[in-house]
Order: sequence, then C-alpha cells, then structure tokens
Amino acid sequence: MSLGSVPLKYKITIDREQCMHCMRCIDNCSYGVYHKEDDRIIIDSRKCTACHHCISMCPRDAISLQERPVDYRSHPLWTAEAREDIINQARTGKIILAGMGNAKPYPVIFDRLVLDACQVTNPSIDPLREPMELRTYLGKKPSKLEIDKKDNGDVELLTKLTPNLKLETPIMIGHMSYGAISLNAQLSLAKAVEKTGTFMGTGEGGLHEAIYPYQKNMIVQVASGRFGVDINYLERGAAIEIKIGQGAKPGIGGHLPGEKVCQDVSCTRMIPLGSDAISPAPHHDIYSIEDLAQLVRSLKEATEWKKPVFVKIAAVHNAAAIAAGIARSSADAVVIDGFRGGSGATPKVFRDNVGIPIEAAVASVDQKLKDQGIRNKISVIASGGIRNSADIAKSIALGADAVYIGTGALIAMGCRVCGQCYRGMCPWGIATQRPDLVERLDPEAESEHVANLIRSWTLELSELMGAAGINSIESLRSNRSRLRGYMLDEGTLDVLQVKPVGA
Amino acid sequence: MEKVEIDAKDMQYTPLNETIREAVRNGAKEIILDNVIGQRFIADGLKGDVTIRINGVAGGDLGMFMNGPTCIVNGNCDHAPGNTMDGGTIVIHGSAGDAAAHSMRGGKLFVKNNIGYRGGIHMKQYEEERKPVLVVGGSSHAFLGEYMAGGLILVLGIGQEDPAKDRGIGSGIHGGMIVIRGEVKDELLGVGARKAEFGEKELEMITPYVEEFCKYFDTEPSGLLDMNYTCIVPASARPFAGKYTWE
Ligand code: SF4
Ligand code: SF4
Repeated sequence: MSLGSVPLKYKITIDREQCMHCMRCIDNCSYGVYHKEDDRIIIDSRKCTACHHCISMCPRDAISLQERPVDYRSHPLWTAEAREDIINQARTGKIILAGMGNAKPYPVIFDRLVLDACQVTNPSIDPLREPMELRTYLGKKPSKLEIDKKDNGDVELLTKLTPNLKLETPIMIGHMSYGAISLNAQLSLAKAVEKTGTFMGTGEGGLHEAIYPYQKNMIVQVASGRFGVDINYLERGAAIEIKIGQGAKPGIGGHLPGEKVCQDVSCTRMIPLGSDAISPAPHHDIYSIEDLAQLVRSLKEATEWKKPVFVKIAAVHNAAAIAAGIARSSADAVVIDGFRGGSGATPKVFRDNVGIPIEAAVASVDQKLKDQGIRNKISVIASGGIRNSADIAKSIALGADAVYIGTGALIAMGCRVCGQCYRGMCPWGIATQRPDLVERLDPEAESEHVANLIRSWTLELSELMGAAGINSIESLRSNRSRLRGYMLDEGTLDVLQVKPVGA
Repeated sequence: MEKVEIDAKDMQYTPLNETIREAVRNGAKEIILDNVIGQRFIADGLKGDVTIRINGVAGGDLGMFMNGPTCIVNGNCDHAPGNTMDGGTIVIHGSAGDAAAHSMRGGKLFVKNNIGYRGGIHMKQYEEERKPVLVVGGSSHAFLGEYMAGGLILVLGIGQEDPAKDRGIGSGIHGGMIVIRGEVKDELLGVGARKAEFGEKELEMITPYVEEFCKYFDTEPSGLLDMNYTCIVPASARPFAGKYTWE
C-alpha cells in the first residue's frame, strides 16, 4: 500500500476579485505552481516553496500565502517535520537534501547578549562629529616594532610587515561559488564589495572571466576538489582561502550536482560538462596540522609570500585548539563558520544538528589564542548566521576581527530564504544556472542593494561603537566588558567570558 | 644565460625558489640544482619554458601549481609531486610518495619506480587542452585515481608481480581512465569504478605515453605495447546522483 501524500507546506490563494488576469504569476513561478486552463489560473500549492516571487511581482497584491494549512495531531516530540521526514525516507531510502542554514529553533546566543552604552563617566562619542575608525587590517601583526631613529628626527621601520588585507569596514561577503550561485549574483556581490571597499570570497568554483575586473576585491578559495585552481587564479586573488570546513555541513565536503555544471561552470571549474563536482571533506594532501601548514606554505610559496592565506573551518567543539594550530601554520587568518551558516545544498541532518554556534566558537578561539600569546599572529573572521549590525558588533566584541555575511547579502538581492537552492530553480536568479532565471537578476541594481546593506550596517556599527565610547574597531575587538549575557546559563557565560546583566 | 647551476646545500625552500625564479626571469633555459635534500615546493607556481634538473631527493609538493617547466629528478621524491599542476612535465628517476599527481589538471608526470597511496587522486580534465597524464613504471598503492574526474593514469608494473595490489582503485571516479598492466582483481575496484575493454583504440591512446616513458628511462617500449592491460573507467559521470532526495 502507498504511504500516500503528506499535507501541503504552503497554500496559495488568489483573490479573484482583485486579479486582473495578467498571468505574471505563471511566468514568475519557476516551480510551476500556476498554470492556465481556459481563462482561469489554476494553482498547485503543493509545488510552492514560499519564495515569494509571484507575490512580489503581482501588480494587484492578489496573491496570499499561508504556511501549513493542515494540522497533524499535535505532539511535542513527533512534530510534523519529524513525521514527514520519516515518510520521505521510508519512501526513498535516501539522504534528505536541504538548503540555507540550520532551521532548528535553538536559542540564538546573539539575542541573549546585550551591548553596553556610556552614560556619565567615559562619555559616548558622536559619530556625526567625531571620526570613527572602522578600517580593518586582516593578517599577522608583529609582536613588537623595531624602528631606527635617525639623527635628523626621521624614523625608519625595521620590522618586516607581513601582507595584510585592508578593509574599509569589517564586513565581508563569504564564499558562495559560481555554480552554487549564478554569475549575475556573483557579479552583483563583486560590484558591491568594490563600491564599499571590502572583499568577497569566490567560493570553490573558480573565478569566471566576468569577475576579473573585481579581482582586487576577491578572496580566492582552494577546496579539496581544487576546482578552477591554477597559478593564475591564485595570483589574481587579493588573498587565498583554504576551505577545510563549512558551518552548514561540518565534516562533509561540497558537491555540485552535474545538472548545475553547464558549459560556463565547467569551464570556470575546469571540469567536464555535466559531471558532478565533488570536493570531499578531507583535502587528500592534509592529514595533520603539519600537512595543513604545508598547503598554506605552498600557496604562499607559489605566490611569492605576497598574499595573506586564510583557513576556513566549521565551528566545532574543538575549534579553539584547531585555530591555535592554524595560527602556527603560517596562515594569516582563520575563518570560523558557525552552525547557522548557509549552504546551497547539504544533507538536512548535518544542517540542523552538527556544529556549534559561532558566538561560542569565536569567543573560545579568541581566548585560546590570547592564552597562548599568539593572538597577534592571526586574524579571526566570524561567519554563519549574521543577521544585522548588532550581531557584527557582538561578534567583534567576542573576539572577531571581521565578519563574513552570506545569506544576508542574498536577501539583499531578493532571496526569501526558501531553502530550495539545491534544486537550481531559484526564481530570484540567485541559486540557479537557468538562463531565463539568471536574467531576472540585474547586477547593477542588486549590487546597489548589497552595497546599501553594507553601508547601513557600517553606519550602525559606528553608532553602536560611539554609544559604547569606542572610536576604533580595534578597541571593540575582544572587548567582552562591553557585553552582558541575559538569560544565558553559567556554562555558556563562562565559555563566552561574559558577565551576566547587572554584574 | 642558458644554463644555471645552483647549489641547494643548506638552502631553505623560499630562497631556493627565489633563486630559481630569478634565473628564469633572466632567461635560463636549464637549471641544475645540486645537493637537494628534501626541500619542499621546488618550482611551486613556476611558469615558463625551462628544464630543472634536480640532483638529490625532492621534498613534498614538487611542481605544485606549476605551469610550463620540466623538472627532472635524479633521485626519489616525497609526497604529491605535480600537486594541482597545470602544465609541464615532471620526470622522477626513482619512486614518489603519496598523492602523486593530486588534482593535476594538465601536464605529465612520469615516475620510474613506484608511488604511494592516493596516486592521481582528483585528477581533472577540461576538454582536450587540459588533460593530465600520470605514468608509473612500477606499482601503485590503495586509492589510485580516487575521485578522478579526467585524464589518464597508466601503471606499467615493470618488474612487479602485482602492479596494483591494493584496494580502492578509482573509488568515486567520474571521469578519465586508469590503465594497469596485467589483471586487476574485481575486489580491488572502488565504488563507482568498472572495468572496460582494453582494445586497439586504448592501446593507440597509451602508446605515445609508453614511448615517452621509455625515452626518459632508457628502456624498450616493445615489450609493453601489447594487449596485456586492464582498463578502469567510471561507472557513471554522476556517481552520487542517486543518494539524495528533496527536503
Ligand atoms: S500576477 Fe496577480 S494579478 Fe496577475 S494573474 Fe497572477 S494573481 Fe492575477
Ligand atoms: S537563494 Fe533562491 S532558492 Fe535559495 S533560499 Fe534564496 S530564494 Fe530560495
């Protein structure tokens, strides 16, 4: 006997009084919710992903969407989701694939941290009048500077400085590869980081020619599959990032299904057309921290020690010890990707259950590096689930030098976090390679939206800093005294090294 | 300045590579490195048309990201020679360690004797212009050609009873071809790998590489140009396509 169908996730209705029969909803839905029968629009709600493209394009506001219109017998343990996943797997015997970040209602530590503000003593600073320093340098800092004082009063710096990456704001855009997202989406992000004086990651999909004009703002990624990696690619990047792990799927690699490997993607990745692009979890030349050091050094050697090399790991429980090892590997920055990090495709069981929150990971990494006296040897970049400027300020106060945003930047381009990226039909032209959908995304307009997001968060950051009496981002970094924990348990407060409210 | 000699004794790899680059910039066509004792990263990211003769044992990641040069090692080589190499030729007059030709995406690597584990792992190909080739004179170990996505691995098994005696050959292979001299037991094949017929077409395809191998190592190709090979290819270009369902 068949297991039958599970209820709809979303129900679409059209207000027939309002509707003007323009048929735009039919054109806009790449998932095929709407079709025409005679003169009537017929709705197949089962296909809806809540991507909102039809709603946003309907000239009459005639479309409404309801989540889960059918109830199950309520049960605190056997949620609808738990039951439906079982039905899905009983039917298929397969791994459930999912998109975007962790969708479980774990408490968000960011929301239980509050920032401090000055009142009478140590007055706050007005960012309107006072200069605020948000410029951030990523890379090694010398433990001391040696200078030579000349007789004529000039001074000469004797210490040889390691190349650093200079950011006008501590906000960067994380790695989303060409293949996972469209070229127009990458172009929008590239234009946005150029406009705002910051950087973005290429992801592991290589560097498409169309992005070459923005290469000075690009961090090129080297993952285990080494897609698109050659010496020219390494030389083009402003920095190089080795991807060891990703927050949405700690311990497993990347996998771009063959359907998404179109001609242009195959060329950029330097792989055959239509073949799966597999980059398994381990780099097969890395089996120890020493091997990782070897890859860091070989990348530096290949680019004549002119570029900072980052190492990205997923936030896992021993991230601090791993980061301390990375700090000794000649790497210039460690990226820690929290368990809320997004992804184009990941087994759902990983997305929702593996890894730890970025807040705890960053705090423990920063503390460990300080305890070992090597904090200056490496910068810390926090990523995974950063939703607003307060999250950024809190990340920095917990010990990050800068942050990567991912999903936030996609939302600025239209993404509604429908979580269906792996299907390659993103109606916003973001997570797709289908030419008709990619065309919907205008890189000029969307780059301005993304740039605006970075600008507004940067403005808010300076306001938050000013209120805390801080005029330089460096003074906010690892400044836990500017944070208090609200309704956080003692153990978590201890890991964060943050006092509770009122203390 | 056609020929340059460099004494690598007591030289760390960075100054050594700087000296090599400098020589290439100044137009050297041949560089001889003496007293190499395990320096890593030789010719890492090096471009150009130059032959580097390495006297001694080359360390890990020889010719990594290299594009163009020829490296001839008169001795053994540590792990991953030709790692993510783009173009050029590496010839090793001895054996090499693990992960030889890791992610190689162009160029050729010839090893006179044996290689370690994970040889040719992740080798990739883009159309005909970027086709990597790994030729091993002796034997290989487990996980040969794992995740291979293109190119050719040829194991000649010279002087070996069993050229590929370890398991996991071609696990996750989704492109390219592995050719091994002699019989290969079925149980040694990895997930997603299958045997294919070795016919006249395949022999024709490997012939130039066998001949090139013999030229470098001064042996006779005649005894190697027959049908005594096993051909291993991907069962599918999408080895994991059936593993997932939607949320
Ligand atoms: S887009 Fe809106 S107005 Fe146009 S047909 Fe669809 S529901 Fe009606
Ligand atoms: S990128 Fe597209 S497919 Fe992915 S969550 Fe956003 S709207 Fe949905």
